[in-house]
Amino acid sequence: MKTIKEINAKIKKGEVVVVTAEEIIDLVQKKGVKKVAQEVDVVTTGTFGPMCSSGIYFNIGHSKPRIKLGGGICKLNDVPAYAGFAAVDIYLGATAIPDDDPRNKVFPGEFKYGGGHVIQEIVAGRDIRLEAIAYGTDCYPRKKLETLINIKDLNEAVLFNIRNCYQNYNVAVNLSDKIIYTYMGELKPKLGNANYCSAGQLSPLLKDPYYKTIGIGTKIFLGGGIGYVAWQGTQHNPTVKRKDNGVPQAPAGTLAVIGDLKRMKAEWLIGTSMLGYGTTLSVGMGVPIPILDEEIVKYAAIRDEELYAQVVDYSQAYPQMVPGSLSEVNYSQLKSGKITVQGKEIPTGNLSSYSKAREIAEELNSSIKKGDFLFTEAVAALPGAESGYTFKPLKERPIA
Amino acid sequence: MVSKRIVLHFPHRLVDQPIVCKLVKDYDLQFNILKAYVTPQEEGLMVLELTGEDANFNKGIEYLQSCGVRIQPLSQDVIRNETKCTDCGVCVPICPTGALVIDPLTRKVHFYDNKCIACELCVKICPPRAMEVHF
Repeated sequence: MKTIKEINAKIKKGEVVVVTAEEIIDLVQKKGVKKVAQEVDVVTTGTFGPMCSSGIYFNIGHSKPRIKLGGGICKLNDVPAYAGFAAVDIYLGATAIPDDDPRNKVFPGEFKYGGGHVIQEIVAGRDIRLEAIAYGTDCYPRKKLETLINIKDLNEAVLFNIRNCYQNYNVAVNLSDKIIYTYMGELKPKLGNANYCSAGQLSPLLKDPYYKTIGIGTKIFLGGGIGYVAWQGTQHNPTVKRKDNGVPQAPAGTLAVIGDLKRMKAEWLIGTSMLGYGTTLSVGMGVPIPILDEEIVKYAAIRDEELYAQVVDYSQAYPQMVPGSLSEVNYSQLKSGKITVQGKEIPTGNLSSYSKAREIAEELNSSIKKGDFLFTEAVAALPGAESGYTFKPLKERPIA
Repeated sequence: MVSKRIVLHFPHRLVDQPIVCKLVKDYDLQFNILKAYVTPQEEGLMVLELTGEDANFNKGIEYLQSCGVRIQPLSQDVIRNETKCTDCGVCVPICPTGALVIDPLTRKVHFYDNKCIACELCVKICPPRAMEVHF
């Protein structure tokens, strides 16, 4: 019906019609799928939540005399970073923590500062302490480097997250009789609370469940700047069970995303601490969905009531890799503040900020309308529901 | 009648003396202890909900102050750093008094500090650590 080229032409002419993934729900109810497919060109989505497989790489430039960090040790504000590349390339992951952090020795550990926090400070333009030790070579004689660095002086600074934007997620509960601390937050004993983590009807991959428009090369809102889908994310699992509307009932697709860190903003990349678990990075991301045909409208208009997630026990089933779910609930129930599991009414909490997701969808909406954001054609599709691509558990084999 | 939540700081020299019980005996006040502990510096800290007739309430407070107890309204205790809060809402089911609630329309988290009993359960579980303790 429409092509991405035609939508881009409309954006350039200032004639594009953009609505958010919330707004399209009411619009379809009022006008029907057919009319909306004709009238609307773009639906914007958004999500903002902790995404642990996030990190940055950057190049600091060569010191005089030269040093080869590759094979050496490198720390940023005491947080260890990976230097196993050439001379002055560094990768810092969101969950890295200082060697002297007490971790969970005093339980539950607080994890006040880690990679995610360093990333936020770098993006905010603060000076960062870099301390490195190398072994020295004929061509790279220097063995020690201690300096302040700043994002404005780095050659490249790139956010490269190998798994973000989960298509659906578990609802975490605790069936045991003691409190537990998980990446899904504090879970009170005996079904004391239920924590979930999704923007539901605003979430990018829930509104394009078969990856019809989101593929490798898709341009996105990432951390307040521009990013691209680089690949399917790790643990991409498109073949899980789906509802009749096509939406996965459990964690399914994921995205690997990349973008210029220098153009991102600290308010959309937030260092995060999970009590008793570790540090991470909360990432703001939004994907615009081009309305190419009626089918895409149908998916984009799916409501919270039609999006289901599985309630999983994080005291036994999750850590022990026992499959199964205690029950299935929809995002409308989760957002109401309480759900019923095993006959007990329990309060719910979201780790993912719905109001921030809405802000992202709106920001993306206005930059498309202003002509600041044009679509890219995906260069390859993500492995889809029929691909046979699955997320396998580890098969352990004895070494000796 | 007046009912207020207050934070009492007992200096080291007062920690082993009976003080709060006199509020009942001599000033006809009721109290509910919301929190009490002795800090590593051996100072006492107590969070009370104190209820009684206006005149008695004021006399009770004067009595505490004359003993050397420092008094502070509770709302100064736990505050939300608005620039850090991301409005995720993971604190909402953890708060025992409903001081943290999510607005069903805006999906932003409201903090009603008049309902806060300063249990501090939200402080460490807040992912961006936006809930701060101030004394």
